[in-house]
This record gives sequence, structure tokens and C-alpha cells, in this order.
Amino acid sequence: MGSYVPSTQQERRRMLDTIGVSTIDDLYCQVPKEVKLQNLNLPQGKSELEVRSCMEALAQKNMQFTSIFRGAGAYHHYIPAIVKSVTSKEEFVTAYTPYQAEISQGVLQSIFEFQTMISQLTGLDAANASIYDGASAAAEAAAMCRDRKRQKVLVSEAVNPGVLSTIRTYCEGANTPLEVVPVNDGVTDKQALSQMLDETVSCFYMEYPNFYGQIEDATDLGELVHQAGAKFIMGCHPIAISLLKCPGECGADIAVGEGQPLGMPLAFGGPYLGFMTCTQAMVRRLPGRIVGETVDLQGKRAYVLTLQAREQHIRREKASSNVCSNQALCAMTASVYMAAMGSAGMRQTAKLCMSKASYAAGELCSIPGISQKFKGPYFNEFVTRCPSSQNILCALEEKGILGGLPLDEESILWCVTEMNSKKQIDQMVEIVREAVK
Amino acid sequence: MTVNSEMLYTKSHEWIKLMDDTTARVGLTDFAQASLGDLVFVNLPEVGDPVAVEESFADVESVKAVSDVYSPVTGTISAVNEELLDAPEKINAEPYEAWLVEISDITDREDLLTPKEYEELCETEGE
Amino acid sequence: MKLIFERSQEGRGCSILPACDVPEVDCSPEISRKAPLHLPQIAEVDISRHYTELMKQTHGVNDGFYPLGSCTMKYNPKINEEIAALPGFSKIHPLQPSHTAQGCLEVLGLAEKYLCEITGMDHMTFQPAAGAHGEFTGLLLIKAYHKSRGDTARTKIIVPDSAHGTNPASAVMAGFTVVNIPSGEDGCVDLEKLRQAVGEDTAGLMLTNPNTVGIFDKNILEITKTVHDAGGLNYYDGANLNAVMGVVRPGDMGFDVVHLNLHKTFSTPHGGGPGSGPVGCKELLSAFLPSGHVSCEEDGTYGFDAPSPRSIGSVKNFYGNFLVVVKALTYILTLGREGIKEAAQNAVLNANYLMARLSDLYDMPYAGPCMHEFVMSLEPLKKEKGVTAMDIAKALLDHGIHPPTMYFPLIVHEALMAEPTETESIDTLDGAAQTFREIYQQALDNPQSLHDAPVSTPVRRLDEVGAARNPKPTYSF
Repeated sequence: MGSYVPSTQQERRRMLDTIGVSTIDDLYCQVPKEVKLQNLNLPQGKSELEVRSCMEALAQKNMQFTSIFRGAGAYHHYIPAIVKSVTSKEEFVTAYTPYQAEISQGVLQSIFEFQTMISQLTGLDAANASIYDGASAAAEAAAMCRDRKRQKVLVSEAVNPGVLSTIRTYCEGANTPLEVVPVNDGVTDKQALSQMLDETVSCFYMEYPNFYGQIEDATDLGELVHQAGAKFIMGCHPIAISLLKCPGECGADIAVGEGQPLGMPLAFGGPYLGFMTCTQAMVRRLPGRIVGETVDLQGKRAYVLTLQAREQHIRREKASSNVCSNQALCAMTASVYMAAMGSAGMRQTAKLCMSKASYAAGELCSIPGISQKFKGPYFNEFVTRCPSSQNILCALEEKGILGGLPLDEESILWCVTEMNSKKQIDQMVEIVREAVK
Repeated sequence: MTVNSEMLYTKSHEWIKLMDDTTARVGLTDFAQASLGDLVFVNLPEVGDPVAVEESFADVESVKAVSDVYSPVTGTISAVNEELLDAPEKINAEPYEAWLVEISDITDREDLLTPKEYEELCETEGE
Repeated sequence: MKLIFERSQEGRGCSILPACDVPEVDCSPEISRKAPLHLPQIAEVDISRHYTELMKQTHGVNDGFYPLGSCTMKYNPKINEEIAALPGFSKIHPLQPSHTAQGCLEVLGLAEKYLCEITGMDHMTFQPAAGAHGEFTGLLLIKAYHKSRGDTARTKIIVPDSAHGTNPASAVMAGFTVVNIPSGEDGCVDLEKLRQAVGEDTAGLMLTNPNTVGIFDKNILEITKTVHDAGGLNYYDGANLNAVMGVVRPGDMGFDVVHLNLHKTFSTPHGGGPGSGPVGCKELLSAFLPSGHVSCEEDGTYGFDAPSPRSIGSVKNFYGNFLVVVKALTYILTLGREGIKEAAQNAVLNANYLMARLSDLYDMPYAGPCMHEFVMSLEPLKKEKGVTAMDIAKALLDHGIHPPTMYFPLIVHEALMAEPTETESIDTLDGAAQTFREIYQQALDNPQSLHDAPVSTPVRRLDEVGAARNPKPTYSF
């Protein structure tokens, strides 16, 4: 059996003697006898070699697609080699929250750099050290806006369903009312929004690009929201906003998003990274860890966890959020990714995504019976109307291609990134062409 | 540790200065600021908010602690000292100048301590 | 240390992506970004060296003893990392058709089966990403349960004053009011106070056992029964499960819902996250579990349960921090039925040994035996020599030891809470004990030297007041 306990039986004996008891069981004297476990019904322990083959066999039961045209919240992007090389350094992997700043400057500085890069990207003033994922970041952002007078949360119907469901769960938890603003032609219905905005609304959350890939007129929506005295929250694709008007330019009070495209693998949904940035005025409402610059007693520049009195370990039941563990290693992943790409590389990635999506959409829509469902500008995702989406997807799967996400029997949400070469796109289109014949 | 002779005090270490019969300013005492340590932020209520005797209306943060500030009276917040939002260290430096809020329309108040009584209380607690 | 932005040079960079092989499309001017974007322009060699420098200023479990109480900083086995990096796991899209992701689903299915066995629960969700996230989820299950019975008056959660700060914070996020009850002299739940606190408004009790002072509450059965008799449910905070896994199960102690911290008990690295906070529950709560619960058909194929109309919804997107679950499953398979218990027993043995080696000098407010951790109080030393828990902690940094948790639990003054874990050898413990003893002597002989500590770290004590008064969370370009 496997074990990571280094001490030998003789050493354990010596330790018991020092403690002054005769068996380890004596140390459990407070555990009521009637509930002490007799036998744990688990398999016997295994050697490392056996465990490896067992787990490899499980991994092999999954189908790895050679090309992927599915996004919907999890995006297939290239991960530069330097990313894994940095983030697998054991010091980073095996550290915890940097409570002891003097021996944690490495982690603290890397978080400070992450906060800076994310603030740059979104065009807002401040960021936290990250949160679980894009969906929980959106839910926490909505909670930041709540005050006694304004409670209601408005969410566009055109957001990722998993995100909407998460915001809803958080709102129901805190007994906060939530209303969904309907969608019209793939984007938030502006008229409906302006009717729904009143003095009880605390915030409005929209996505950019939205779930259907459409680039909404965020500036316009933001103005409406601000006129009503509410806060404007944007959930954004981090690569897209290197090219598109950023949340700061659109007037967002808070920008959040799923950081997975910044160097994290698809990994069946996690671990991912939620990023959160906001205007200066809202910094003290941010949940989770925040690293700030300061000096040590000799005046040397240094970094430390700051504004801790916001947090649960001090404020307890009065804390605005319960967040404790963060995603520091994922945040570092995103930082290394952004450093490796640089501004130019981020824009290049964004342009590749946009150009390839546009090419793929054009080619798919050249097939009789297939057309784009929405007319607005889009980034890396788009929806097609097509007969029998299941036939199409099955045909692609047979060739080792993961097609778009079926939204219903007659529409598919496609995603194209820099990972999809022209050859792959052409091959995919040919298979679709055959399948709808 | 100083006690200002022109003010009245609570057992929870707030001072209160009556401006007229129904208006008062409230702040933290020297004893309070000394035991809290360097303050880094204050959360103040909004003008118009109702407050009630012995209810918390604000809190003050040090690096690793947060403490509620309790109202000695029942009334309505008529002013907040916004200067403190940018400079909470004023509470440490000049506790009896750094008022937190002004409360008007006072309808009720708890039994307040005289400066002498408060000084005795601090002596007992300081031990 | 330079910031990465200070290493940036106009025109430098890495060459990562190919030229565009389709007609290029630009976005129209009205939707394109005009704001500057300052990301580093930096060559790969400099990125690599930058992070190597940061690495040298970081202390992880790999660098030395890390007895951070309540965090279970055990060794993180390397095989776990290799398995999680297999492309067969890391390259799987979360929205692939189920029949193409059978391996992932089986991982979740097996992990659920084994962890339910270890905790004595019937079902488990892996969606929560961390312990606090799990608490929130578990409390929502309790809320949904009472609501489904029309029992809407149950709005209060009882939390002992020794609890982790996340407990009361989570309860409020889930819409409950918190009732704090004081602990007894022995650090355990005061049964009399609990009896007074429960009633028709009690939704439940949140408890960790062993508790945060490292004591197993011997009245646990009486406690959970008291809450059940009042119509409430019992929530087990699994933060301290490492002391008792394989020895006693929350489910058998009367708990209805538990969260685990896979990044503590099940050896997956903290790395400041990603954590994983799965929530297990008894049958009576299963209908309310979050979406994305895995089930196994009779023919051995795995799939997702149909969404339950009574589900609390989602607490994050997809199914949780999947790769962390992969690592935990690898660990469970390695240890197996004997190894799980052995780990817990040795965690307890190590804590008691270190406690015994220190108890003649350091004040131990709660008599042993302890479980996996113990709490020291520096109150006497502070009174005598003015040396605080913080001073001792900072002195430990000069000896390459990560200090115990400071100033927690709140019910102990000048607390240091030490949790050695089972993966430390007697040599490490002896070395640490020696260091603790030397520092104690130093406190008696030269207290000022401890106020000055640390002296050998990359930076000295920091101006935390300045950082909080004028927060500077980003670099100014």
C-alpha cells in the first residue's frame, strides 16, 4: 500500500513514549466508542505504478478531439511552453495564502503583477487577487453593488446559462431579487432594460461578447444603467477586450470574467480563474484577497495582503463575502500568459480568433440551408441556423472533431480560435456540407 | 490617556458632545483609539439614516481588526465627518476633535457617564 | 526586485503564434479599443528568470516545515500532478457529449463513492471550488430543505465562537442570521448554552470536530441530537477531517451535510488555490444538490442526473475544479483503506509529540491529548517579557519554518496554532521543537531581538498600516 508517512514503527513507538501513552488509539480517547469506525470500505492501497496505470486507464476512456469548435464558456487556446514551466515550480505550487509576507514576496509580487495586468486589460483602476471562476466572480460582483435602498439585480438573458444560474443561486441565498432582461435578435433588449431599471435596481450584468458571440453596444447599455443610478457590471472575454473597446471605455463600474482563456487548459471545466476589477470608488467592496504595495521597516519596496478588515477572518458574519482560498496559481498562469503574449500577442490572438470565426461562418453559411442567426458583430463565436444539428455534430464526431454546442434542434453555437487552422476549418465545413445533403 | 471634561461618555468608549437639546456629535475616546491601534478606515452611515440607542451605526478598521461604534442616542444622522474617510489617522491623533457623526432629532439617550465616571471606568479596564 | 513591467522593453517579446491563414478581419472603429494596454514586452529568457527570482522568495511545503494550523499543509505527492496533467484529462472540454467523457465522469463517480464512504454521506457534489464555497453550498441545501417542508421560520444558524471566520460569513451569504454561542472552559461546545440557543427558529448548527483548539468534542452525539431534536440540521466543517478520517465519520456522528477541503485533507496543493470544496449530504438533502451531479447506469456508463427542479442551482460554472478531484482520487487510491486511517493517526501522533516536546515551556491552554493540531498561548510571555505571538512567529521565519497560524482561534489570547501533519518525520519535529525552545529562551534573554525579527528574510517587517490607509493595488505606469 502507498503511504506518505515517513516515520518508522520504532520511531512511532518512541513518540508514544514521549507523549506518555501506550497506543495511538489512546490519543482518540475522546471519540465515543459506539461511533468508532471498524472498517473503511475502500479498495486496498496501491503502489505508485499501479495507481498510475489505473488513472491512465481512466484518462484513456475520454475522447480527445483533434479539432475543437466548441466554446460556450470554456475556450481552446494555445498555451505557451513558458506558462507550464513557470507554474509548475514547486515553491509556487505548494505555498498557501501569503499570510507571512516576509517569506512570501514572490507570490505577493506575482499577484500584484496579476492585479496590474488585469486592470490594464479591463481599463479599470483596481483588481483583486482572483476568485473561483467567471461565474462566481459575476455573482460576487452583483453582491458588491447591493445596498439598503437598492437590492434588485438585473441580468441580461444573453449571458452564459451557467453564469446566470450561479448569479441566481447567490441572489436566492442572500434573499436578493433578480430579474432577467429579455434578449432580442441575440442581444439585450434595450427597451426592456430601460423599463426595468428603477430606483430599486442595484446593478445590471451583461456579457461582452455575449453567450451568442454577439458584441453588444456596452457603452449604450451602461449609460442607461447609470442614468437610473445603478451600477454597470460587464463580464468579458479577456482576449477579446485587448481588441474591443474595453470595460473602462464602456463606462463599467465592475468588470469580471472567466480567465481560463489566459493559459488554462479546458480540464473538463476546472480549475479556472475568475477575475474582478473595479473603479477606485468600489475597491473596499471587492471580495477576497488584495495585494498592495508598501515598504518594509528599512524602506524597501514590498508587497502585502491588504484591506484585510473587509474579509471573513476578521469581519466574520459582517463580511460581504466568505471567500478565503483564492486561485493564486491560476492567476499566476494568466500573468505568465499575458507576459509571454504581450499587448501585441494578445491583439494578434484576438484578431486570429475574429478572422477565423468570420471565415468559418462565411464558409458554413455557403452551405444551402445554413445561415447565421444574428446579424450583429461577433468575436470568436456565432450561431448558425441549420437543419438537424444532431446529424451534423455526429458526423463531425466520427471524424474526431468536436462541433459547436447545440442550442436546440436547429441552431448551433460555434467557436473558432487561433487553434483552428484554415485546413481544419475547411475540413469541418466539408463534413457539415456532406451531413446536411 | 486623556478624558475631555466637556463631553459625556458611554461604557463602550464613545464620547458624545451635546450641541443643543436634540443634536449631538459622537466620536471615539482616546482610550478607544489607543486600544484599537492605528486605524486605517472608517465606515460611516449616510445622512438621513436612523440610529438607535446601543445600536451600531459605524465601524472602524485597524489592520487586523474591525470594531463597531455604538450610538448613545436615538435620532437621525444629520452629518458625517467625511474628512475621516481619507484620513482615519485623525482619530488616533486627535480623538476628541475627530467626530464621526452628528445626530439630530434625538428622542432617547442611554445613561451617559460623566468625565469622572468614565475616567474610573478606563482605570478599571486598563488594569 | 524589479517588477515584470520594469523589465519591459519596447519591441521585445516572444514569438508564439503563426501568421493568419484566412482573410484578416478587423473590428470597426466604433467598437475597437483605444485605451492603451500596458502588458510587458519581454523576451522568454527574462520571463523565465523573473519568475525564478520570485520563486526564490516564496516558501512552500517543499521548502520546509509548514505547521500552519487549520490549513493541513501536508506534502503534495508528485504523482498527483503528473496524473492531472495527462492530456486525457486536461484536454477534455466540459461540454463534450457524455459518451466522449466517460473517463472524467468515472473520476467524479469514483471520488464521490470513496469520499462518501470516508465521510458517511450518501451523495456528493464537486461543484464548490473551495472550503468556504462548500460551506455556502451546504447551507443552501439546509435552507432548501426547510423551505421544501414549509418550515420557513428556521432562519438561524448556530456557530460556536471558536469557529472559522468563513462559517458565520457563509451563513449570512446563505441568508441566515448567525447565533454565536460561547465555548466552554475546555474549548468545546457548552451543552447548556446550546440547549438554550436551539428552538423553532434553528435551521442548523455549523461545527468542526475536532474543533479549532484541536480537541475532539466528546459530547458530539449529544450535540447533534440536541439540534436534531429541535428540528435543525447539523453541518460538518471538514477543515479538520485529517485528524479523524478512517477513525470516525461525520455521518455517524449525526451530521447531515459536510464539506471537505481536498486541498487540505486529500493532499492536493494549496498553491493559494485552486482548492476544491466538495459537499456531501445525507439522502434527505440529495434532491437539492447543485446541477451537474454524476450518476452511473446499471451497464456501467456514466452520465449526469436530470436537473432536479428542487436543486439550488449552480454555485459556479460546470462541475467544479475537476483536475483537483483527479489529484485527490489518485491520493485515495494510493492510500487505500489502511493508508487513510494511518495518515490520520500519524497526524494526531505528530501533533501530540510536538506538543509534548514544548509543553514544559509554552503555555498550552487546553490539556492533551490533542488531535491533529494544538494551540499555544503566548499570553504569559507577553505579560512577562512583552514578547507576542507575532514576535515568535517572525522569529521562526529566520529559522526557515513557516509559523503556526497566529491569533486564531479568537477565544485564545496570543494564540499560535500548530498543525504538523502526518508527512513530517520525527527528525523534522525534533528540529522544530529545538527551534521553538531556543526562541523561547531568546525571548527571556533578549526580547528586543524578537521584536526586530525577521532579519534574514528578503524583506523585514512591513508597513501594513500604510498599505491599508493608502491602498496601492496596481503598478503606476
